[in-house]
Amino acid sequence: MSDQNVRVNPIACEAHGLCAELLPERIRLDDWGYPIVDPAPLPLGLRKNARRAVAACPTLALLIQKTTRARSVPAGPPLARGAIDRDS
Amino acid sequence: MSAAASDGLRLAALPRGLPRLLAGYGRDGRPVDLDSHLDRYGPQPRPGPGLIAVLEQSGLQGRGGGSFPTAQKMGAVASRPGRPVVVVNAVEGEPASGKDRALLRYVPHLVLDGAVLAAEAVGAREAIVALGGAPEIEIAALTSAIAARARRRLDRSVHVRAVSAPNAFVAGEETALVRFIDGGPAKPTFTPPRPFERGVGGAPTLVQNAETLAHVALIARFGPGWFRELGTVDEPGTALVTLSGAVSHSGIYEIELGTTLEQLVGQAGGAAEPLRAFVVGGYFGGWLDASAALPLPLLDAALAPHGAALGARAVIALPVDACGIVETARVARYLADESAGQCGPCVYGLDAIADALGRLARRERDGRRIAALGRWIEEVRGRGACRHPDGAARFVASALDVFADEVDLHLRGRCSGRNRMVLPLPAKEPTR
Repeated sequence: MSDQNVRVNPIACEAHGLCAELLPERIRLDDWGYPIVDPAPLPLGLRKNARRAVAACPTLALLIQKTTRARSVPAGPPLARGAIDRDS
Repeated sequence: MSAAASDGLRLAALPRGLPRLLAGYGRDGRPVDLDSHLDRYGPQPRPGPGLIAVLEQSGLQGRGGGSFPTAQKMGAVASRPGRPVVVVNAVEGEPASGKDRALLRYVPHLVLDGAVLAAEAVGAREAIVALGGAPEIEIAALTSAIAARARRRLDRSVHVRAVSAPNAFVAGEETALVRFIDGGPAKPTFTPPRPFERGVGGAPTLVQNAETLAHVALIARFGPGWFRELGTVDEPGTALVTLSGAVSHSGIYEIELGTTLEQLVGQAGGAAEPLRAFVVGGYFGGWLDASAALPLPLLDAALAPHGAALGARAVIALPVDACGIVETARVARYLADESAGQCGPCVYGLDAIADALGRLARRERDGRRIAALGRWIEEVRGRGACRHPDGAARFVASALDVFADEVDLHLRGRCSGRNRMVLPLPAKEPTR
């Protein structure tokens, strides 16, 4: 079974904050109420709560995505990804 | 900005040494027209899809900031179903950079050759050249260069056209550019899909920086071995650097990758006054202390241990009597205002960071906000649809590190600068 994690579409997100209520194990809110999402894989025991959080988001901004183990990162705030994206 | 002038060398066989991209550009300051271009380089070769393997051997990496392997990017587009589109990215929203615009202005046919080569390599029939915030006259010059090629049917089945994108920092981000070309605002989109999957009009789209394509035009003619004669094994070739600040001659310089910052400054006539620090990589890059930075080779491999990257190769020299905190506060405010306004963490986070830095710069004793600054910098990273917050956070974080003494001074109500402003920012209100 592949890993899953939660991810937010920051363009769609309007800081309703329900996700942090429903999935505090992975989501906390910043000073303005926007979610800070821990991209660590969801253990089986958290997947139901994650699905509930996804369903509860009024702007459909929360997603569950499949990941590979190589991409998972340790718990904590999202890590800096460094590189810039203007190119090519 | 003045470009490095050429020595006007004639090509008997392979062009040697520097400059490569700017070789055709003479001291008269006039753009290289199609005849002079063809005289110098000969007709454009037509390797078609074979170009991708040649580029892979060359090791060419994108010159727009991401340093992504060009062959890999082209291969990804070529392997998608559907007829691809090529976008030449010369939007260059970075205020400290002027190289892509200069290339299109002075050696447009080198870039256009590369665009058509790339189109033929991936099977595209349309190449769209996007300039950012360019005056009418530059668009007109580019359009007439395109028309001159069309009259001679130089580009066969590839249709080339120019578009004028807004002069906004994020307009050159590739999803923003695709969205703009499709008639939307020049603002990034949520990914996936990335443009190579679904870009202009839904087609797989190769968004390639203008300088990258100019290198492609030369590699197609002279080969990957020639390209690798300069630079290092991992970062081969030459690159354009936009150098400004406290140097004798600001301008655009073509360097061999691996040239030290000291050599680059030497090429620009040396420092105009004693230096305190450098911005390397533009406003998505970072600050480096001058004495630490000068001996460093301009290579990602050499800069990475210092937390810096070459990015779009904009370099700014800060003199000793300018204040790094004041300068960083100006840039932080600019970057916050240039947020596309779509993602909460970028809108509110960058604004808070810019506000706190502004207070620090003005030596206001506001411990609460300044204490939160470090946390906000960490928290905004990775939380936008694009990397705008990441780039801004990196720039500010490097300032707090390099100018730690100056931060202390400001907290005690003093400043070592003489209230001068060095870092280039757009004079007027930017267009969104």
